[in-house]
Amino acid sequence: MKRVLKKALFPGLIVLLMVFPLLAAVGCGDGGEETTPEATSQVTPTATAQATPTPTVAPTATPTATAQATPTPTLETYKIGAVFAASGRNAPLGDPEKKTAELLEKQINDAGGINGHKLDIVIYDTESDETKCVLLTKKLIDQDNVIAIVGPTSTGESVALLDTVTKAKIPLVSCAASYKIVQPVEDRYWIFKTPQSDLLAADQIFSYAKKQGITKVATICDSAGFGKNGEEALTMEAPKYSMSIVDKESYGPSDTDMTTQLTKIKGTDAQAIICWGTNPGPAVIAKNVKTLGITLPLFNSHGIANQEFITLAGDAANGVIFPAGKIIALNAVPDTDPQKPVLQKFLTDYQATYNSVPNTFAGHAWDAIQMVVMAMTAVGNDKAKIRDYLENDIKSFAGTGGIFNMSPQDHNGLGPGAFLMVKIVDGKWTAIQ
Amino acid sequence: MSSDQLAQYLFTGLTQGSLYALIALGFAITYTVTGIINFAQGEFVMLGGMLSYLVLDDLHLPIAVAFLIAVIAVSLVGILLERLAIRPAKDAPPVSLIIITIGAAIFIRGMVQQFISKDAVPIPPFTGNGTFSVLGAVVTYQSLWVIGIALVSVVGFYLLLSRTMIGKALRACSINKRAASLMGIDARNMSTLSFLISAALGAIGGIVIAPLAFTQATIGVALGLKGFVAAAIGGFVNLPLIVAGALGLGIVEQLGGATLSAYKDAIAIGALLLVLIIRARWLQTAAGSE
Amino acid sequence: MPFSGDAYYTAIFIIIAIHSMLVIGLCLLMGYTGQVSLGHAAFYGMGAFISAILTVTYNWSPWLAMPLAALSTGVIAYLIGLPLLRLRGNYLAMGTLGMGIIFFILFNELDQYTGGPSGLPGVPGLSVGGFSFDTDFRYYYLVWSVCAVMLLVSWNIIRSRTGRALRAIHGSEAASEAVGIDVPQFKIKVFVLSAIFASIAGSLYVHYLSYVSPNPFEFMFSIRLVVMAVIGGLANIWGAVFGTGAVTMMDQHLGTFGELDVILFGLILVLVMIFMPRGLVPGIVGLWEKWKNRRTKAKA
Repeated sequence: MKRVLKKALFPGLIVLLMVFPLLAAVGCGDGGEETTPEATSQVTPTATAQATPTPTVAPTATPTATAQATPTPTLETYKIGAVFAASGRNAPLGDPEKKTAELLEKQINDAGGINGHKLDIVIYDTESDETKCVLLTKKLIDQDNVIAIVGPTSTGESVALLDTVTKAKIPLVSCAASYKIVQPVEDRYWIFKTPQSDLLAADQIFSYAKKQGITKVATICDSAGFGKNGEEALTMEAPKYSMSIVDKESYGPSDTDMTTQLTKIKGTDAQAIICWGTNPGPAVIAKNVKTLGITLPLFNSHGIANQEFITLAGDAANGVIFPAGKIIALNAVPDTDPQKPVLQKFLTDYQATYNSVPNTFAGHAWDAIQMVVMAMTAVGNDKAKIRDYLENDIKSFAGTGGIFNMSPQDHNGLGPGAFLMVKIVDGKWTAIQ
Repeated sequence: MSSDQLAQYLFTGLTQGSLYALIALGFAITYTVTGIINFAQGEFVMLGGMLSYLVLDDLHLPIAVAFLIAVIAVSLVGILLERLAIRPAKDAPPVSLIIITIGAAIFIRGMVQQFISKDAVPIPPFTGNGTFSVLGAVVTYQSLWVIGIALVSVVGFYLLLSRTMIGKALRACSINKRAASLMGIDARNMSTLSFLISAALGAIGGIVIAPLAFTQATIGVALGLKGFVAAAIGGFVNLPLIVAGALGLGIVEQLGGATLSAYKDAIAIGALLLVLIIRARWLQTAAGSE
Repeated sequence: MPFSGDAYYTAIFIIIAIHSMLVIGLCLLMGYTGQVSLGHAAFYGMGAFISAILTVTYNWSPWLAMPLAALSTGVIAYLIGLPLLRLRGNYLAMGTLGMGIIFFILFNELDQYTGGPSGLPGVPGLSVGGFSFDTDFRYYYLVWSVCAVMLLVSWNIIRSRTGRALRAIHGSEAASEAVGIDVPQFKIKVFVLSAIFASIAGSLYVHYLSYVSPNPFEFMFSIRLVVMAVIGGLANIWGAVFGTGAVTMMDQHLGTFGELDVILFGLILVLVMIFMPRGLVPGIVGLWEKWKNRRTKAKA
């Protein structure tokens, strides 16, 4: 009986499978194209008067021409897509990114939207899964008809999107770290990123170490993307500062004890330890360093630029030195720094809404969304124009990660001034020279 | 490698291995009594740590109380798992039961991430951060707690199985369920009991290691794996061998890490596979197939 | 079901096809010979990386790289299978799990070849003559054709003498040997076949994404494959496709519940296994039969 059933099912299923994409193509055929805003109000560049992006757009988020309390309902909604790893292995990075997106969406709409257009940020959770990220991005492009995409959270997910985003001709502003996301720039026409480059962080660490007379270091990096890229960055930059890396150790992102690797380092002639990873690894390492009684200076990457590191490592966090985005040591940032008001407002708003301090990853999402919003404010709802704006018109933009100057050769836009060297003293961040 | 370094590796291995032993015994008891590999075992460990964090952080109770509350709470979770998820599917093939435990593990992990925290959280050490030196290795008070409590638990577990009526009932079930029920033992209750014990053991491990290692919703997978490996070394039934396997795994892991830290896990697992294959060969030549 | 937005749903079905190829092999292995594999992602990854490295670093044609990858994976599976398949039950599970983890670590660490965690972008797409499979629409037909071929091959195996031998082995290895079936040889053959299927799936995957990284080949994915196989129904091939489709669709659509999606996923797994312990296909067929019986009884 069952065999008869299966015999009937089999050809039926085959037919269904063969026909399915045709059905998909025929039903609701305008799935891929966005309607160009011709009949609806056209964005007039003069009204917005944003010749150069200034911090005033960002914190206050009031489009100048239309000063309405709510977006005009008759104008079409501007849609930005967002793919963040709000759960899974990268949740500590992706969840704050998601929260930032939701916060900004509300702020911008409360201030009247983008030139009166309501802003809709469609956010999907990739669960730290590359395949899922690609599928969700296709969903954003084809079903939600977004005009630009922000995210994803990790390098792997970002590079996985290259093909999809390039074929769909839609601009992407990634919140992930590796320089490989935006280089070689000829193959990255549609892709930008906001986090500071690992190479910059490595430079910062080495130049500080050199000033302290250090010439030999040992590295301990996590084996996942962030750590491995960091190890690569350190290896690449070391010769420029006459540094030699005497020992390279590694640990798994979820490992809970690194005394073995540190014991090994203790037996070398390294004069300093450079740790590269995201929490909780570096916190475990800081504690292990203290337990083992190692007195060598412990450097870290910008991956620990958040309160969580101090909460986890406790006393062991004191003495750790690392390059931080200014969001961390705000009190050390002079009032004349154009980033200060931006950071101040972001910190205050985020804290008020979520009762927690935003970390650098939240900042990356903030920078990404603001840039897209600035582009939309200036050129409207056009993917290619937004891309061109991002490439050519983001100059001296004070974001949380630094001051951005994008160009056709540089889709990241940050220079050495993006980082502050910070030391943790008494559980607080203090800027050091 | 200096002798100081070797001592350090051995000692860290011993500490980690003690944790693995607790997890492995949890796998062993549920497997032998119910025939199921409980993929949620690692989550019991995680829950132990996370729940004690909750008690410490929100209720500000002393660590001993938090310990007790967490162990009891996780044991309850173990009972619920068995009653609500396993028992209704009693007649399912073993593979399906394994999938149930996988689903339960995902569910538990999701609940913790949603309602407690997605981040790593710290727990203060039981008696402070002090250390002292043994044969050149740095030993923390907390790691002594780990080893000590694990030892007590293992001995307690052994005594339970060998000296008490309940223990005998559990063992009877594991040998032959039908015969055991003919003797008046309710196999279903034994099943629940085995889950309770394995949950308690896991929770104890999770709480005791948390001050050293932090606890986070995602640690269950890796820890469950390592416990599973240790249990496999002992054939799931041989208690001393399981404990030896757990400690051995801990030590080999550290020694592998000292050699080539990037391949630490690969070395440990490779060593394990070698042991398993040699063991299978040896058993085959000794007894024929099956 | 809303069919608007063709590329999205087409893309999901492309992934379902690719994952089905993996699960078909797993069903043969687990359902028919009773050998559990918790490390199948390793073979998936092997096919993926060999194809990617040959086409990106050495500029081979994908049509040469793919068969070579499948062959190499088959050979590696054979060499690994020889010692590994001597293990039984949980030890075999442990062994395959370990194998999966070791290969993942290798993919991650041999970064001069594999690109490490950041992977290798720029994997070329597939084309035949002047016709290139560069849209989701075309790729859909490609992968489902391959999947259909694999289904046919598997179906033939099951219906043949080999299939009976496999089922005998699942029932009792000792009895099979007593009847003269060369048990180890059959086990290895199925193992190697499932590895080859997995390798082809891996190659198709990287040519679709134009990118490869170690991340999809982690341990949890191997577990997910087993989940898909069991949910579909181990004892039949259609279960492989059905289970893969069900789990994948569920995964995609649970997102509408926002933060609760992971929790719901776990819950649904548990419930499906409680109410349909042999999988969805046997379960649904069983329900249909019960309904039919009730109707005939009412008539009588």
